[in-house]
Amino acid sequence: MKSSSSLALVLNNVAKMRLWLLLGVLLTSTAYARLNIEITQGEESALPIAVVPFAWNGSGTPPQDVSAIVSADLARSGQFVPLPLDQLPQQPTQAQEINFGAWQKVNADNLVIGRVAAQGDNYQVQFQLFDTVRGVQLAGYSMTATAPQLRRIAHQIADIIYQRLTGQRGAFDTHIAYVTVQDVAPGKRRYRLNVADSDGYNEQVILTSSKPLMSPAWSPDGKQLAYVSFEEGHSAIYIQDIASGKRKKVADFHGINGAPAFSHDGTRLAFTSSRDGNSEIYVMTLATGQIYRITHNYAIDTEPTWSPDDHALAFTSDRGGSPQIYEVHLDDAGHPVDTPQRLTFDGNYNARPRFSPDGKLLAMVHADGSAFRIAVLDLASGELRVLTDTHLDESPSFAPNGSMLLYATDINDRGVLAAVSVDGRVHQRLALKNGDVREPAWSPFFDQ
Amino acid sequence: MNIRRRTSWIIGLGSLLLAACGTVPQQPAGQVPVEDHSTSAVQQGAQTSGANVGGAFSGSELDNPSSPLSKRVIYFAFDSSQISADGRQLVAAHAKYLSQHPDVSVVLEGNTDERGSREYNLALGERRAKAVEQLLELQGVSPKQLQVISFGAEQPVALGHDEAAWSLNRRVELLYSGN
Repeated sequence: MKSSSSLALVLNNVAKMRLWLLLGVLLTSTAYARLNIEITQGEESALPIAVVPFAWNGSGTPPQDVSAIVSADLARSGQFVPLPLDQLPQQPTQAQEINFGAWQKVNADNLVIGRVAAQGDNYQVQFQLFDTVRGVQLAGYSMTATAPQLRRIAHQIADIIYQRLTGQRGAFDTHIAYVTVQDVAPGKRRYRLNVADSDGYNEQVILTSSKPLMSPAWSPDGKQLAYVSFEEGHSAIYIQDIASGKRKKVADFHGINGAPAFSHDGTRLAFTSSRDGNSEIYVMTLATGQIYRITHNYAIDTEPTWSPDDHALAFTSDRGGSPQIYEVHLDDAGHPVDTPQRLTFDGNYNARPRFSPDGKLLAMVHADGSAFRIAVLDLASGELRVLTDTHLDESPSFAPNGSMLLYATDINDRGVLAAVSVDGRVHQRLALKNGDVREPAWSPFFDQ
Repeated sequence: MNIRRRTSWIIGLGSLLLAACGTVPQQPAGQVPVEDHSTSAVQQGAQTSGANVGGAFSGSELDNPSSPLSKRVIYFAFDSSQISADGRQLVAAHAKYLSQHPDVSVVLEGNTDERGSREYNLALGERRAKAVEQLLELQGVSPKQLQVISFGAEQPVALGHDEAAWSLNRRVELLYSGN
């Protein structure tokens, strides 16, 4: 974890400093998290908000500090600047205790208060969001949860606040998957496929191997992960049920097997194979295992990604001499209806496309010269926007609300995850205490 | 340098399949379902040693450090699978040996540097290995003697993040079985 002085070099205005001071408080409570998340650059026009510690009605201490989790989520998004706890003018826990004038004086336009009460084995969590300028309640909910569900409830509260104030659905109550690599002996490495909450908590290892793991991809219901494992000495694609750990090898053809991508309706898996002699894109119908070849080109074709309506695949191909992104449209049966059209024209290397959830943007690894960075292409205007300034960026993955991109990069010879807002203004970094972390994949929304 | 891996895959497979069927998340820390047994052969108490008694296979040529066959790595330029003049010379020496020893097989392992995307690199590594395969076949080596595997960017031999390391990682390794 960075010290406040080194982070202060990055954060160079007052609003950002306040953000850091708040994180300094919160990070003490997140010390046991496996992935530490730091905000390295916040939104300059971030909304001021105050999250008052929730009242606790029960014995001992509550199992989770719900208001601290809510506050950390909002801060991490870069869209909000929570007021440091030592600057709260008062600590109301009921609506009638609020002195709106006092909150306006500290520029906290929005205020969150709440209460957690033990009820047998359960906990009742209530919270209210207020507009302190107009002195009105914007949202108020009461929820019941067991102790293990309290972190999730806190993320859901943050999602409600985020949506009410930004108009966009929050993505705090989601998960991330990623691969970690550790040197366990000279020449011997341990690869792990992990799933964690979007804030890095609750990390769970779902696969361990001494051979490389790559390309985790979520099923649209968030219950399965497809990935590539070299455990048998060559690349093969597996689909694993996250809850049970049961898995199935779905593609182990002669040659390479890689780049799995579930269709949004969950019925098909696009992937790359060189079974017919050269790396091509195929689509497998998951119920039957039937595969259909999509591309026919002597060049490399790989890294398919489905458009939101499942009627197009974007992919990487070097058919034009360098890796660039192409798109092919599909009919209802998933068969191509046109020849692939090239989408990228800026830079000498564009690869690993990912459609934004609304289908308007395409994120990719982009190089124009020697630095490999994350960029988004506006599909309507054709404008390419480079979002990062590091050199070895890879594997961009959209948050399910389209607000942020999670990606992997290298900082000081270590693989770390980072996130950037699609407008390039908010930057976060997620680092392990030791070892490398790579190949991030942000989960879909969990609607059930 | 990576030759040991070949055997470990096969030995490791059995333990993996057992572990994979169970509930992987419950694995205690430090327990690896996919185990690398690469050093187990030399840790056994008894050691066998070979003796050349006039069999068809002569190991000496492959083991001779001054033979052109001792060079078994072909290097490539960034995002390229074109074999350089040096690489062609190296391939020619191995083609000659392999065509004279049709019972010997070799694995062509394609690799890339870390830059760019991992899946594109997986395909690029394979294209490099296939370029070497094609050249060997053109010079009389039977396809049955050759096996292509790509590790993309996943098995670097040099761990730096500069051209010095990258140039060593953009490679195809020739791995003779039993060597």
